[in-house]
Amino acid sequence: MGLFKDSNLVTDPLTDTNPVTIQVLGICSALAITAELEASIVMAIAVLFVLGAGNVVISLMRNIIPSKIRIIVQLIVVAALVIIVDLVLKAFAYQLSKTLSVFVGLIITNCIIMGRFEAFALANKPWRSFLDGIGNALGYGVILVIVGFFRELLGSGTLLGFKVLGDPIEKTGAYAYGYENNGFMLLAPMALITLGIIIWVQRSKNEALIEEN
Amino acid sequence: MEKRTDKNSYTILFAIGMVFIVGSILAFAASALKPNIDENKRLEKQQNILYAMGVNENEPGSVAMISADKVAAEFSKYIVKQLVIQGKEVKVDGKAYLIDIKKEQAAAKDASYVRKLPLFLGKKEGTIFYIVPIRGKGLWDAIWAYVSMDENMVVQGIFMDHKGETPGLGANINKRFFMDDFIGENMLDASNQFKGIAVSKGNADPTNIDKNDNEVDAIAGATITGDGVAAMIRSELKVYSSYFIHLKNN
Repeated sequence: MGLFKDSNLVTDPLTDTNPVTIQVLGICSALAITAELEASIVMAIAVLFVLGAGNVVISLMRNIIPSKIRIIVQLIVVAALVIIVDLVLKAFAYQLSKTLSVFVGLIITNCIIMGRFEAFALANKPWRSFLDGIGNALGYGVILVIVGFFRELLGSGTLLGFKVLGDPIEKTGAYAYGYENNGFMLLAPMALITLGIIIWVQRSKNEALIEEN
Repeated sequence: MEKRTDKNSYTILFAIGMVFIVGSILAFAASALKPNIDENKRLEKQQNILYAMGVNENEPGSVAMISADKVAAEFSKYIVKQLVIQGKEVKVDGKAYLIDIKKEQAAAKDASYVRKLPLFLGKKEGTIFYIVPIRGKGLWDAIWAYVSMDENMVVQGIFMDHKGETPGLGANINKRFFMDDFIGENMLDASNQFKGIAVSKGNADPTNIDKNDNEVDAIAGATITGDGVAAMIRSELKVYSSYFIHLKNN
């Protein structure tokens, strides 16, 4: 046991306390960057690092942070972490930093990060906070990947850039039978609808999640 | 009893201390890593210039720059001349590629300032490429490009990049499917006047067969980034057009 007694901190956010579908946090980035599966995966990994590390830092500082200015302290910690990582990547892994730099602003303003700092890391020890960070980032990542999968497949007919449904201009594969890409899938409103369908499916499977009126 | 961390004096001291510590760490990291970052940016410029004239390691569908350890040698091999155009004056300057376009654009807002325009002449297999760096605005932040053209302002290659366009949408301007559409497009219209290249939606030529229509197919969902690309080409390449006209007449 020991290390594993807190495993529910990692597994719960994947399903019953999912930050996106249950707590409805992190919606802004879930809508903005899920037009392609690749961007979804990169964002999920980036948030995993930042939330894991950020939760530990905040947890270590939990007894010295003045409650009146705690939000701004949290914001400074996450912004500083992200900027340092960005600088180090720019100096030593320039190509990678170019891929990630567009996500930097979206990570700092991701409300899941602030939400977990505020709700969990401020009241728990570092190891538990680390697990909570990893769990929530994975829960976020799973939803991002699901939304990204459907948006890229139905919007562009590709997955990770590969033309899985044939070529829409040459009319091969599925397009030969009159199938068309739904360009609306590439726009943010369809991400919201996709997300809504995920929430619907999840709640109809687990009725305990439905709120009483 | 009031907690120690709830006191105003503690809060203020904490805030001052935090700003001081985090500020120092960030300043230290930024200045310690600056030489590395600057060197990476300098090599990237050379890579991008070479990419535009077709010196790259592309495979179908991918964008692959020539590797960083080879780029200095290749740059001096293929780039035969670097020019700076300032008003009517044209000077040779081996460091023209280091001119900061952003600073020049800002300085040129003052009407008395004559902007320095860098231009690189590349030579590959006997063909001369004229490579021009341009810079403009996308939806969220800066976008820029290196355009290589022949003496008639027909695009031979282009490399485009951005600072913070939306991933999956506007960020795709640096992908092959978008950049390669520009190759062969003419910057001039039928009467040889500068027109630029528009990024247009719903154009009747999605496979881009017509190279004289002054337009390429836009990316769905990235209207403002696409408009930014078109505006950048129109305004930034226009300032070079008199040089090309002069080139033709001699």
